[in-house]
Amino acid sequence: MTTEHKLKAKDFATDQDVRWCPGCGDYSILKQVQSVMAELELNRDEVVVVSGIGCSSRFPYYMNTYGMHSIHGRAPAVVTGLKIANPDLHVWMVTGDGDGLSIGGNHLLHILRRNVDVNVLLFNNEIYGLTKGQYSPTSEQNKKTKSTPFGSLDYPINPLAFAMGASATFIARSMDRDVKHLKKMLHRSEAHKGTSMLEIYQNCNIFNDGAFFSFTEKSSKPETAIFLEQGEPLVFGVDHSKGIRLDGYKPQVVDLEKDGFSKEDLWIHDETDIYKAQMLVRFFDDPSNVEGTYFPRPFGVIYAVDRPCYEDQLHAQVAEAKAKSKMNGLDDLLRGTSTWEVE
Amino acid sequence: MSDSIQIKEEVTIKFAGDSGDGMQFMGNLFTENTALKGNDLATFPDYPAEIRAPIGTMAGVSGFQLHFGSKQIFTPGDQVDVLVAMNAAALKANLTRLKKTGTVIVNEDGFDGKNLRLAKYEKGVNPIEDDTLNDYEVFKIQLTKLTRECLKESPLSMKEKDRCKNMFVLGFLLWRYTRNLDSILTFIKNKFAQKPEILAANIATLKAGYHYGETTETFTTTYEVKKATLPPGTYRNIMGNHALALGLITAGQKSGRPVFYGSYPITPASDILHHLSRHKDFNVKTFQAEDEIAAATATIGAAYGGDLAITGTSGPGLALKGEAIGLAMMLEIPMVILNIQRGGPSTGLPTKTEQADLLMAMYGRNGECPMPIISASTPTDAFEVAFEACRIAMEHMTPVLLLSDGYIANGAAPWMIPKADEIEPIEVKFAEPREEDDPAFLPYERNEKLVRQWALPGTKGLAHRIGGLEKEANTGNVSYDPANHEYMIKIRAAKVDKIAESIPAQKLEMGEENGDLLILGWGSTYGVIQSVVSEMMSEGVSVAHAHIRYIHPFPKNLDNIVKGFKRVVIPEINNGQLVKLIREKYLIEAIPYNKIQGVPISHSELKNFVKQVMEVKV
Ligand SMILES: Cc1ncc(C[n+]2csc(CCOP(=O)(O)OP(=O)(O)O)c2C)c(N)n1
Ligand code: SF4
Ligand SMILES: [Mg+2]
Repeated sequence: MTTEHKLKAKDFATDQDVRWCPGCGDYSILKQVQSVMAELELNRDEVVVVSGIGCSSRFPYYMNTYGMHSIHGRAPAVVTGLKIANPDLHVWMVTGDGDGLSIGGNHLLHILRRNVDVNVLLFNNEIYGLTKGQYSPTSEQNKKTKSTPFGSLDYPINPLAFAMGASATFIARSMDRDVKHLKKMLHRSEAHKGTSMLEIYQNCNIFNDGAFFSFTEKSSKPETAIFLEQGEPLVFGVDHSKGIRLDGYKPQVVDLEKDGFSKEDLWIHDETDIYKAQMLVRFFDDPSNVEGTYFPRPFGVIYAVDRPCYEDQLHAQVAEAKAKSKMNGLDDLLRGTSTWEVE
Repeated sequence: MSDSIQIKEEVTIKFAGDSGDGMQFMGNLFTENTALKGNDLATFPDYPAEIRAPIGTMAGVSGFQLHFGSKQIFTPGDQVDVLVAMNAAALKANLTRLKKTGTVIVNEDGFDGKNLRLAKYEKGVNPIEDDTLNDYEVFKIQLTKLTRECLKESPLSMKEKDRCKNMFVLGFLLWRYTRNLDSILTFIKNKFAQKPEILAANIATLKAGYHYGETTETFTTTYEVKKATLPPGTYRNIMGNHALALGLITAGQKSGRPVFYGSYPITPASDILHHLSRHKDFNVKTFQAEDEIAAATATIGAAYGGDLAITGTSGPGLALKGEAIGLAMMLEIPMVILNIQRGGPSTGLPTKTEQADLLMAMYGRNGECPMPIISASTPTDAFEVAFEACRIAMEHMTPVLLLSDGYIANGAAPWMIPKADEIEPIEVKFAEPREEDDPAFLPYERNEKLVRQWALPGTKGLAHRIGGLEKEANTGNVSYDPANHEYMIKIRAAKVDKIAESIPAQKLEMGEENGDLLILGWGSTYGVIQSVVSEMMSEGVSVAHAHIRYIHPFPKNLDNIVKGFKRVVIPEINNGQLVKLIREKYLIEAIPYNKIQGVPISHSELKNFVKQVMEVKV
């Protein structure tokens, strides 16, 4: 894994013109991925970026690594085959909310439960960008788009609850506009052995501008979003004046200044606690109404546990079968158990 | 003791019973024993799609036909010499196939009021009591009663005991064909090693059936079919799907690549997944995917990573894989797609055979997407064809589609086992690592065969991007240039066409070039064409047989061959598909013969048709 000189972020960029719309959130994600790969001192020859189809899925063309732009929704299966062929590769998979949760929802489900060692980056812009602005499975209900002039009817999917349901071993959320946080989450994704499911809120400034502004903009962010830190209490709000405590098995938002609770009373974040993670992924309230029982949207690593990876187990089975084999070469196999001779 | 042993040249036996009666198991055991005796043989298992089809009804009848002989055997046979009927429905469904003077072995206990009613015999009619069977030699055996009697000491439940009655018939038949029980005893001892009570019951009933023949039928003749004269070598009996799986493993061993097999279960392809998953010790990785699309795309991933990557399915699954195959074609990576055809369209006839996916294989993808197609013609041919498909895929960096069908998949035949060291290796060369000052790697640069290099992720200095978007020649960069697109379409097609330069010339299986009639086939019609052509040649007709293994591209000399005959008949188990390709390519008036009933074309059907064709003056 030795490279002559230390690579910089720009060494991970290709000579191809990046064709996203000016101002698209994808640019920021591309830049952070390139710089994280440089920080991690990854060897370009051992990295493969695989995507499906969508604006986001153009990503591999811009990465000076190995890459494959596959077909719509199927990247999880492609990377599964690739990791089975060569478990040593560092595989990153890029998908969109349509690619990963609509046409490819089935495959995403299965890669998560198999726990193939791949970093999944799900660019969620709550819209179909490449096909010019139809609603997606993550779009809010009643969304007016080209294909839904009277408003969309489908209830939106909650990507991280989906991942939880699929028994993912790593579940995290970040956003294009918080560069520091995004980089941290990319580092965590790569560090995790198994399928890392990182949902990234990404602004499509052409077809769904501002979809996540309430989480990403300074003015509203403190009230709408909560940033999780392992071992730390769940606090949010301006000056961390609010927190979340557990009242039995029910989460409760408390005002640390008014309600008579201190930080010691709050829910301590534990990434390995499946019950707490189940609750956190369900913090999915509409940020346009932060009054009343609103729970802030969690960002950070919600859940991270170890479980053996599919490809490692498969290779172990092959190794064991070889070690225990009673066959003495191909001739034995071809002959089988009962033969006869013709003279 | 029996009266005498009569020598027979060939015999066809049909085992028929309820799908729960163990007909396939019994048929396979008898076949294995027949093979070990050194006979040539062909089999035809025919069973309902439902695992537990309604008991006692015509719909629930499961059959297994075996044709064996001391002469060359081409097909499982049209008419049968011996019919084993485990119940009334089995007799009713098969009696018309029994030769005059044939033998019927019936389970008397399967002809009670209920069974007769379920088989829809009229009230009061019992075919084994009236004169229905007058023309035949009939053995009425009270199988259920005798089996229970034989097992009265066994701790098994009544249901389990009744399930042993197939062993009784098997024993009886083994006696009748002067076989010894050794190979079957060895087999069932292995199979039921963990279940001593079931093993004991099976052995007891098998022996009881054998002795029943010896003791009760004292004045009957037994038969013997002598060894067939096959080319010298070591043989085993093998089914098509098994041979195909072995061909894939052999290709892995001979190319030095690990085998990856991605598949989603579907009849009649599942057995390939089952076989391969047992042979991990031969560097085989099997992946049961969540659907056929995932199976195909995971296979693409594995091929990209450097495995000998194969995906297998049947018709409906091939329809799902279409987009992925287009991607593999566009990426130009090696991959094999198996389609074990069954009756279509849609779910169609899952357990029956058909050849109706040929045009889907040729054209079933979006855009201009020609790909190599190769087809297996017999169960044993499946081995070679599987190997050949892998060779073409890796040597020409292309997806290859292999067509087989249910009849080949489940049919069995004696196979002369090849010696591993006599099989030609498959040369695999990956793109070489590069240093920083080497010229840039061009992923879509081509050699004289128009083949690009297989460049594995992880190789130093070759980082590059591939994808489904049209790519610029040589660099592989995305390109929307109009002229480049046309150039790339043509060059991908030309690459596939060039394969014709490295495949064997089309040969005639029988007969001479330039005659009155050519029967041109592909796939599982091989046996019936052989049998008709050999018979007609002996009758002095100027007829020949050619069988196409390489369907796309066709062998270069096929043109000359088809144009050398006054008439070309193309029999197919579909509504006329190869015939379209031949007419289109060679502009000849090929004559289709089609049967689309889920069963193979029979000897007499084809022969009658060919005779009619010969009567028309040309
Ligand atoms: C089989 C197939 N169906 C439809 C399309 C058209 N298509 C391309 S991208 C896309 C939606 C992409 O949405 P998303 O995954 O959210 O990606 P984004 O463009 O928003 O990044 C669709 C429907 C296609 N390329 N292939
Ligand atoms: S359409 Fe939206 S997602 Fe696509 S490139 Fe433009 S801004 Fe980005
Ligand atoms: Mg989107």
